[in-house]
Amino acid sequence: MKKIAILLTALGVGVGVMAAAQADPASDLKAFRAYFQKKFPTVKFDDYANGFYPLPGMEIYREQWDAFNEFPPYELGLADGRKIWAKPFPNGKTYASCFKNGGKKIAQNYPYWDDGKQEVRTAEMDLMDCAKKNGATDKFLSADLNKDTKSRVQLAELTAAFYELSKGERVKIDLSKPGAVAAYEDGKKRWWKRRGQLNFACANCHMDLAGKNFGGNQPLSAALGHPVGWPAQRLGWARLETIHQRYRTCNSQVRDKPGKHGDKAYNHIQLYETYLSSGLPLTAPAMRN
Amino acid sequence: MRKSPITLFGTCAIVLLSSLALTPAAQAAGGAVPGSKVCKDKENPPKDAVTKGGCIVADRRKGVCINCHQIAGAAQAGDVATRLENVAARFAGEDGKKRLRDQIYDARKANPNTVMPPFGPHAMLSNDEIDQVVEFLLTL
Ligand code: HEC
Ligand code: HEC
Repeated sequence: MKKIAILLTALGVGVGVMAAAQADPASDLKAFRAYFQKKFPTVKFDDYANGFYPLPGMEIYREQWDAFNEFPPYELGLADGRKIWAKPFPNGKTYASCFKNGGKKIAQNYPYWDDGKQEVRTAEMDLMDCAKKNGATDKFLSADLNKDTKSRVQLAELTAAFYELSKGERVKIDLSKPGAVAAYEDGKKRWWKRRGQLNFACANCHMDLAGKNFGGNQPLSAALGHPVGWPAQRLGWARLETIHQRYRTCNSQVRDKPGKHGDKAYNHIQLYETYLSSGLPLTAPAMRN
Repeated sequence: MRKSPITLFGTCAIVLLSSLALTPAAQAAGGAVPGSKVCKDKENPPKDAVTKGGCIVADRRKGVCINCHQIAGAAQAGDVATRLENVAARFAGEDGKKRLRDQIYDARKANPNTVMPPFGPHAMLSNDEIDQVVEFLLTL
């Protein structure tokens, strides 16, 4: 019996439709969009930028969401983020000095492959490096962001202020370099791999079960549009959070050890998810259930 | 161990009545997941397989079944999978019981792409617990 069990576990590694086929990013994107168009024919492409709310059967949640958006609870955190963004470093410069176009209308290209550094860069990474380079000593630059919620939320607030400057810009990820494609492929592999005691891949909850209700009061979003609202504030969390914290929570939900905040593995997953949301407008920061 | 619908109905009625009368003895429940009063009764913990199985099914940390399956007696449940009803009829006989046990032990046997967790191989439930869940499901 035990032998069979082990064998079955080995065989049970998730092989999704898309993961099975060797495909280049452009064909992945086509298949991915077609999947959701077929699954939810009434949902308009741009509406996927708004989490699970536009999905069929979510009308009640959508009503609540619309009401929340009249006075979005993330405004307080966002105001803090704007303050950090605008406050001069000890040398008099500000965050804007580190970014092309003063940081405006550029977040749609994040995360991006840095060919010089040979790594995927997230907005959080660039913001932190900018601060360090200019002599800032904020706690979130050195804190353990897995444990120190206060510091992590500060980083989320700053990142939210950064993304706000690109609201409405459409996601455009450059995968022209081989290193970018390799990172994308690594993210893709992780995205389709089953994990944890519950044996779920990201694809299980955010493709197979998208639009369903898990446990009765937890609708599941479609992966299309996933990253465009983040940093986001969830009703239950009552604070802005980074997308890596969202990933960590998804890992914990399947009773798996969550990855590390800022880890390369998450950067690659984020690159994969963001590329698959190509063409959608950025809505961050956003409210979520 | 299998019950006819009539004795089943009787058992439900007895459970209902006894809980009304606050009789401490936990009776063999069936047909619906037992309430938390029955499952969390420290002085008189459930002793029979059916009630124990029902309590496992209802427990969001333990069986997690109601995250995905609706089932009689569970107020808030997910709609990811089939509603667990008519189980006794659909999994009749020794063969049916074996299929049911296999489904809970490792759902990947019937459907390699399933999202139902492999309760046995991933040690989410012990063999005894799986047997209890089966006994309970067969009262549905
Ligand atoms: C057991 C189910 C489950 C699994 C597996 C899972 N998630 Fe989630 N995820 C959720 C729930 C529940 C939410 C909150 C509701 C929502 O927005 O979907 C969520 C939300 C998200 C969001 C925010 C979406 C938005 O519009 O705000 C992202 C991004 C995300 N998950 C990514 C992932 C990634 C990446 C993985 C794999 C590493 C993953 N999830 C695995 C359950 C899951
Ligand atoms: C994460 C979702 C999930 C959880 C948790 C889950 N199931 Fe399932 N279950 C499914 C799905 C989906 C199916 C449909 C068949 C398939 O894909 O394997 C299924 C099928 C079944 C079936 C056979 C279909 C039928 O109704 O005849 C039974 C019986 C069953 N589950 C019992 C259970 C029990 C008991 C538990 C808890 C110990 C449980 N399930 C937990 C998702 C789940």
